[in-house]
Amino acid sequence: MASITMTINGTTVTTEPGTTILEAAQSAGIHIPTLCHHPALPPVGACRVCLVEAEGSGKLLTSCTTPAAEGMSVRTHSPRVLEARRFVVEMILLRHPLDCFSCPSNGNCELQDIAYELGIEESSFAEEGDTCRDHPLEEDNPYFVRDLNKCILCGRCIRACDSLARYHAVDFHNRGIHTMVHPPADRTLEESDCTFCGQCVQLCPVGALAEKPSRGRGRPWELHPVTTVCPYCGVGCELEIQVNSKTGRIANVTSDYGSPTSLNRGRTCVKGRFAWQFVHSGERLTTPLVRRDGELREASWEEALETAAAGLQRIKSDHGPDSLGFFSSARCTNEENYLMQRLAREVVGTNNIDHCAHL
Amino acid sequence: MPTYQRQVLICGGTGCVASGSLELQEALKDRLEACGLTDRVLVLQTGCHGICEAGPIVVIHPEGTVYTEVRPEDAAEIVEEHLRRGRHVERLMQRDIHSFYAGQMRLTLQNCGRIDPERIEEYIAYDGYQGLANALFSMTPEEVVEQVALSGLRGRGGGGFPTGKKWEFCARAGGGKKYVICNADEGDPGAFMDRSLLEGDPNAILEGMAIGAYAMGADEGYIYCRTEYPLAVERLHTAIAQAEEYGLLGDNIMGTDFSFHVHIKEGAGAFVCGEETALMASIEGKRGTPRPRPPFPADSGLWGKPTNINNVETWGQIPQIILKGGDWYNAVGTERSRGTKVFALTGKVNNTGLVEVPMGITLREIIFDIGGGIRKGKGFKAVQIGGPSGGCLTEEHLDLPVSYESLSEAGAIMGSGGLVVMDDETCIVDVARFFLEFTQAESCGKCPPCREGTKKMLDILNRITEGEGSPEDIDTLERLAYQIRETSLCGLGQTAPNPVLTTLRYFRDEYMAHIEEKRCPAGVCQALTGYSIDPDRCVGCTKCAQVCPVQAIQGERGTPHSIDRETCIQCGACVKACPVQAISRS
Repeated sequence: MASITMTINGTTVTTEPGTTILEAAQSAGIHIPTLCHHPALPPVGACRVCLVEAEGSGKLLTSCTTPAAEGMSVRTHSPRVLEARRFVVEMILLRHPLDCFSCPSNGNCELQDIAYELGIEESSFAEEGDTCRDHPLEEDNPYFVRDLNKCILCGRCIRACDSLARYHAVDFHNRGIHTMVHPPADRTLEESDCTFCGQCVQLCPVGALAEKPSRGRGRPWELHPVTTVCPYCGVGCELEIQVNSKTGRIANVTSDYGSPTSLNRGRTCVKGRFAWQFVHSGERLTTPLVRRDGELREASWEEALETAAAGLQRIKSDHGPDSLGFFSSARCTNEENYLMQRLAREVVGTNNIDHCAHL
Repeated sequence: MPTYQRQVLICGGTGCVASGSLELQEALKDRLEACGLTDRVLVLQTGCHGICEAGPIVVIHPEGTVYTEVRPEDAAEIVEEHLRRGRHVERLMQRDIHSFYAGQMRLTLQNCGRIDPERIEEYIAYDGYQGLANALFSMTPEEVVEQVALSGLRGRGGGGFPTGKKWEFCARAGGGKKYVICNADEGDPGAFMDRSLLEGDPNAILEGMAIGAYAMGADEGYIYCRTEYPLAVERLHTAIAQAEEYGLLGDNIMGTDFSFHVHIKEGAGAFVCGEETALMASIEGKRGTPRPRPPFPADSGLWGKPTNINNVETWGQIPQIILKGGDWYNAVGTERSRGTKVFALTGKVNNTGLVEVPMGITLREIIFDIGGGIRKGKGFKAVQIGGPSGGCLTEEHLDLPVSYESLSEAGAIMGSGGLVVMDDETCIVDVARFFLEFTQAESCGKCPPCREGTKKMLDILNRITEGEGSPEDIDTLERLAYQIRETSLCGLGQTAPNPVLTTLRYFRDEYMAHIEEKRCPAGVCQALTGYSIDPDRCVGCTKCAQVCPVQAIQGERGTPHSIDRETCIQCGACVKACPVQAISRS
């Protein structure tokens, strides 16, 4: 199908059929703020922050859902658009607590960014008593806390649970001002179908969902990501370890939903995202140990590997390759397990290879 | 087969059922049996006559006598006098209903009150399913769409979109599976035209849908009916079963290749499900919330398939348009608003009920001629048109010819056709507050302008009615209203501020009286009104003080009493107790 030519803020943009106005703008380096939108989730056009004006259309359009069309002329920052956008953000800020100072998402909050971009300090419609304080903090599980007072009802957590985790553990409840995100039938999250994979936490644009193990381990701007593979199982999910540059210790684990190379495309399970504390365990071995005279002693890697290789070679020459067996782990990656079987079959010459998932 | 001398038609609409028509029917049948007249008099149940105010309604043929407000205890007299002796029961004919019908043009409602909605044979006897037969045997699908376009019919659910155009979009959408949907999720306060039509003439809706399905290439249809309409749902089930039995629905309709199956989906009471995208989500078993368009239902609707959604009244007009031709329908109405429209006339008007009028009729004719004017001789103040999404129009609009365009120019909308008449004892700020309370409660909560904005507007209106408003509140209300309209996702939010905008446009003084003078001119807002005792009239009998439940009245016996407004709960007990009418509300 032929490509589409349109103009955005007077600039000619060429894009493919099926792209949205937002995607077309992004490809041309034009910024349109968003809140409920996330590239990993189906668009819903709920938050109204990305409204733009298109020539010939009376109504403002949500750029995240409206397809780009041939000849379309779009303005993303016209006075009408900015007034509407400012109003929408002021509506979202109406009940949102402005306790950014102590919020875990401070510095990593998309609402904060948009308010900053639009020059909004607080909602001009807000009056005393508007700030939402109705909901008690929910923190009965070891993984994350829910603070519904901060929830802006963008529905990203619901869509993450639906389309990424596929559990549908939460959905919108009630109507109007009483709308809230909740598991069904007044159950708590702990009693629901939630598996605490934590994907909703990462996709929450504000501080309504926050990782528990990360509390006090660093502010967002103190962290730098280190891309690695999850150590928990053979699937080999890619993770982003958020390391505190000051302490050198892990502050959080996230994932990259836009990663072109990962096989999980950002999806994670509860273990990968939340169970990283062992990394800094004092009981963890940090150097190889070699048994000398019946006692384990610290050794260099060269010494340890040489000792192991010499031992294996000795057994092979004395008793034949089938006197050796190789036992790998389901916590290794597929690639590591593959290498292990090549070591067994090709280097040592035995088919005695297995791993713990058979246990 | 017995030859009946007379037919007794008893209204079985919800209004008449609520006022006892089923008991009346039993009483009449018992009486007829006791008198041995069952083989000479046939008792039938019909749909709504429209004038629910005067129910239960009984029509006796062949004379065409109409009895109003008939009670079960009247059965004996009707049987004895009318059915035995052929004499009218004059005392049940006191109400003037002629003027109620004189100005009407009942096209959609033609069968309501005339046929038994639970017998498809009666519908067929009045040319029922003839339109479908014409379409199937002598018209191509394109010709059907052409006739609908020619008729000038526009969506009766509120949007007013040209029906022919909508059908054309869906007909043009790629082949394969398609759906047609009947939107019967009527929810505007005071509106009940869809319910009456479904209850009184369900086959007309089914026939309309079948014609539409043929024209657009659909083979399956859904009627999304609110569950609060049990009688409508029951009659639809009956009608579908009977139509399938006669081969008028189902596979190979009338022996042709055309098949069409209709299902009923009962809504669970969410007002927003009347919005088409929310309605489809609800049918799919999802939470009923609207989504942005495009894609439009004609391209991607129910389960992603091309879908056409029309309102009950729109479907109800189709059979006659196909039967009599688009130009027949086109001859009625104004230039851009053709045909007739059914209104639910309620409020402070003498004849409340369902009226069907040609487009272009004036509000004055509807309210004063058909509606019989304002109750108790009070003055006309305003009329709310189009439900919670509509607006309040005033005296100056009474001679406005009713059309989609004229109403929207005046700041209101046709909407689904709710007409709530208000007299001069109605507080306009309180009315705006009522509608905002409704829209706020029914907002689906998806988009911030509707969810948060309508709540803020309601807070401000509550404050004004409580005497706590400030002049800046008016500016804030207007700012909120314009931006909520501009930025909301669906029609509910986009139109929710209308009642406030129109009342601010036409009744700003009344808002200002509440704000600046702390006065409710209509004497409605409790916080701004109170009871007081006229010292010149009071005889000091203490009767008021004795009945006051909160001891708000002080005074020595024999001297004028007074009311402490802080303590008073405005129950009105003192007014009733006062023997000299010394207590009044101000």
